[in-house]
Amino acid sequence: MSYLEHTVKYVPTGPRKLFYLNWPITLLLIAVACLGFLMLYSVAGGSYSPWAEPQMKRFGLGLFLMVFVAMVPIYFWRNVALVAYLGTLVLLVLVPIIGDVGMGAQRWIDLGFMRLQPSELMKITLVMFLAAYYDWLPMAKISHPLWVGLPVLMILIPTAMVLQQPDLGTSILLLLGGGTVMYIAGVHWAYFAAVIAAGVGLVVAVFQSRGTDWQLLNDYQYRRIDTFLDPAADPLNAGYHITQSKIALGSGGWTGRGYMQGTQSRLNFLPEKHTDFIFTTLAEEFGFLGAISLLGLYALIIFFCIITALSNSNRFAALLTLGVATTFFLFFAVNMSMVMGLIPVVGVPLPLVSYGGSAMLVLMAAFGLVQSAHVHKPR
Amino acid sequence: MRRSERDNALSQRRITRRGLITGGVQVAVLGGLATRMHFLQVTEADQFRFLAEENRINIRLIAPARGEIFDRTGRVIARNVPSYRVTMTREDAGDPEAVIARLSQIIEMDPDAIETALEEMRKRRGDIPVTVADRITWEDLSRVAVNAPALPGVTPEVGLSRIYPLADDFTHVVGYVGPVSDYDLSKIEDPDPLLRLPRFQIGKVGIEARAEESLRGKAGVKRVEVNAAGREMRELDRREGHAGVDIQLTLDHMLQNYVQARLGEESAAAVVIDCDSGDLLAVASAPAFDPNLFVNGISTTDYNALLENDHRPLVAKSVQGLYPPGSTFKMVSALAALENDIITTEDTFRCKGVLEVHSSKFHCWKRAGHGNVDLNRSLRESCDVYYYELALKTGIENISAMARKLGVGLGFDIPMSGVKAGVAPTKAWKLRTKGKEWVVGDSVNAAIGQGFVLASPLELAVMSARIATGRSVTPRLVKSIDGVEQPTGHGASLGINENHLRVVRKAMFDVSNHTRGTGYGSRIVAPEMRMAGKTGTSQVRRITEAERRAGVTRNEDLPWERRDHALYVDFAPFDNPKYAVAVVVEHGGGGSKAAAPIARDITLQALYGEDPPLSAYPAKDHGRIRAQQKRLRELRPPPPKDRPTRA
Repeated sequence: MSYLEHTVKYVPTGPRKLFYLNWPITLLLIAVACLGFLMLYSVAGGSYSPWAEPQMKRFGLGLFLMVFVAMVPIYFWRNVALVAYLGTLVLLVLVPIIGDVGMGAQRWIDLGFMRLQPSELMKITLVMFLAAYYDWLPMAKISHPLWVGLPVLMILIPTAMVLQQPDLGTSILLLLGGGTVMYIAGVHWAYFAAVIAAGVGLVVAVFQSRGTDWQLLNDYQYRRIDTFLDPAADPLNAGYHITQSKIALGSGGWTGRGYMQGTQSRLNFLPEKHTDFIFTTLAEEFGFLGAISLLGLYALIIFFCIITALSNSNRFAALLTLGVATTFFLFFAVNMSMVMGLIPVVGVPLPLVSYGGSAMLVLMAAFGLVQSAHVHKPR
Repeated sequence: MRRSERDNALSQRRITRRGLITGGVQVAVLGGLATRMHFLQVTEADQFRFLAEENRINIRLIAPARGEIFDRTGRVIARNVPSYRVTMTREDAGDPEAVIARLSQIIEMDPDAIETALEEMRKRRGDIPVTVADRITWEDLSRVAVNAPALPGVTPEVGLSRIYPLADDFTHVVGYVGPVSDYDLSKIEDPDPLLRLPRFQIGKVGIEARAEESLRGKAGVKRVEVNAAGREMRELDRREGHAGVDIQLTLDHMLQNYVQARLGEESAAAVVIDCDSGDLLAVASAPAFDPNLFVNGISTTDYNALLENDHRPLVAKSVQGLYPPGSTFKMVSALAALENDIITTEDTFRCKGVLEVHSSKFHCWKRAGHGNVDLNRSLRESCDVYYYELALKTGIENISAMARKLGVGLGFDIPMSGVKAGVAPTKAWKLRTKGKEWVVGDSVNAAIGQGFVLASPLELAVMSARIATGRSVTPRLVKSIDGVEQPTGHGASLGINENHLRVVRKAMFDVSNHTRGTGYGSRIVAPEMRMAGKTGTSQVRRITEAERRAGVTRNEDLPWERRDHALYVDFAPFDNPKYAVAVVVEHGGGGSKAAAPIARDITLQALYGEDPPLSAYPAKDHGRIRAQQKRLRELRPPPPKDRPTRA
């Protein structure tokens, strides 16, 4: 049954829609954001400025945005998916031309009232576009090379552009997020097996080629890999973040040092303590129990997303919900892995907790889509 | 669009299955994350627990010792001395005002310095140590260390600071270091973490700046345990950095000192170059200043005094000053004409004191004229009209090419700051830089080293060495880096006809040794040391026709800044040239009076390697030279005592 076929009487209308919001997800989002406020208050040394207060305002705006997006019928979002994707692509093209440079990379467009990061927006519009694409594509064609090539191209173009900025973290998220949506939509598994095999082969080749004539990477890139594998060897430069963040995590223990009692993270050992490395503060001050609780909250959000997606017979809605959930999952999984030294430092914030405007608003808009899918679910 | 029921059913089944698989993968990843968390925070926690009790780990940089700079004899020109200072970290201090007040009772502190330090602490990040007292005595340092418990956040530190034991002598060559400024940092793409250390010293000018990469070295790292007050409890491990490498210069500190002292308070520059290797033995610029003033930040008063001095002590005139070479350029014009077969060595021109070219009058310095002049006499007596005639026949392009061949306009890349290239003008050059066509008058002026021609004292010394040897001698300032000998500037043959060179050298010899030579008054009489030279006097201003009529052409009657520059270039001994010298005295007046005596004294000092015997000087100078030697001996640096020199 496609969206054209639901009978309107099954779908709530007007203010009644508010009662049909997915309240578990809403409450969980609020809970995570509150944890974020607590941590931002703590890293500022017990002060609402400079981080906690703007973050609260933004989250308020984000909640409003989520409800607004949720009230709009899901088929509207399906219809604008392609336009939204292309629009974001245009913004991405504009970044190098009119964008501002921050932190050594060019990622921002100044809109006057806020600074927009098109690469953040792309995470959502890409998922929207792919969901709409597979909603439109008949199952019979889904694994045809031509119909696989098109979405692959649509994923690779923005990925390459984001990589240019350079923003490795976001490009990985785009690649993995887009790929997962394709997988869930039902593209033949052999494609994914081939890509994974090629990836493994490339990694092996990179390492095998080191020191030979056909060396694939530059020497400095190899040194970065070395630093990741053995951060202690270069504790001042690239290895610094990892070493410090592990020390902070480790000194938290079971129950942590207590709120506002963290020393490692508060004493500025970590330059990005309020953004990418905020998890270390949480883990240090609230210990293993605090860290695992945050992980639990995140897991519950994913869980409720999957529940609502799988019970939704609208193909676009289901794909979109799962896509948003996957993107959200990738966000925190990559950030936590990075902070815990499982993968190299790539610069991905902890969703809803890290300080940052674009990321938070885009994420709330994305959950707005999930809510819209839930509210307008064929019942 | 309607889709078939079958299509929808298939899709929904697959989405459900794949969604569940994805969910499963996510659960697995979550499990992995939770396991890692448990591992780090519970299993591995023991590793961090003892640190978590009261101490924290801190990573500190160990600043490497900066490379030292030596002269060719191994005398140290720039070295490091331990310096003691006290730093303070705002976060650890709690109440910085109270702590600093207590500190000022223990050691003497300037109220202004306290205010500056507090201001800096407020501005900077709380965990960055700020220097509150610098260059304190060992006693004060010990007092701070003893009282440490009452001074949270305060750390007594032992560092290294730069010192230039020979003070003014090498200022313009070696330069100086100073604390890194925000401006310095903003210019560096990827700053070394070292540069962020408080008051870390980097080279600001001269070799200190140009060889910064080699001299700085690489930072070491130590991991230390610090307690809640930020005090270092113990060192966990350390990885030593590399000290900066040492640099040995080709300069001779005794000669450099002599040259600098001989120039005295004149606004002048002198360069001594070894004709064989191109080694620079002395590169002097006067007046100089004490580089040690700059190491800790110079006071505004001192700095303004240096800035406002009309003798411009901050400028390294030896390489940064460009002067019209005047008559010292005549060798270039002569060789250009000879090499292009425009004239032979015997050809003569008639000098009537003035030459009219296109209804412009070009005067010889000798108003009455020289009469018939051949090449030897034209150089010996520095006849201008001879070269005006030569310029008309030879053309600027040939003269210019010869100038560059001999080093004028090349701006040699020696590691000093702001080394400038002179100008060997061509028609294209004038069109490019002035936007005007070349006129014949320009060639006429250029032939006597006026007009557009410019040269630095370094270029003039190289020119002299190249004429003396016929080889493309290239100046070398750095003898060895980290014990590795640098290539010399011996140079290949320039391909100039040896007969032509011989005639020019003989004429230069006559400048100094012929009774009618312009440099005869400043000759060397010791037979084996006799030199060949050339005087030069270059106009700073154009002499107006009105002035010429009124007779105001005497330098003494003019204000200092409008007097002529005095120049002299020479090489010696004539038979077997060892050293070439160039001297420029800004606004000194005539080259033979102001520059030649200085050049002669410097040349003799270089040749003898010590104070030359009076017998090397003409008899009438003996009294003056004796007094001068006595005076300059007192300015000599004392022999080093605190540490052995290195060979």
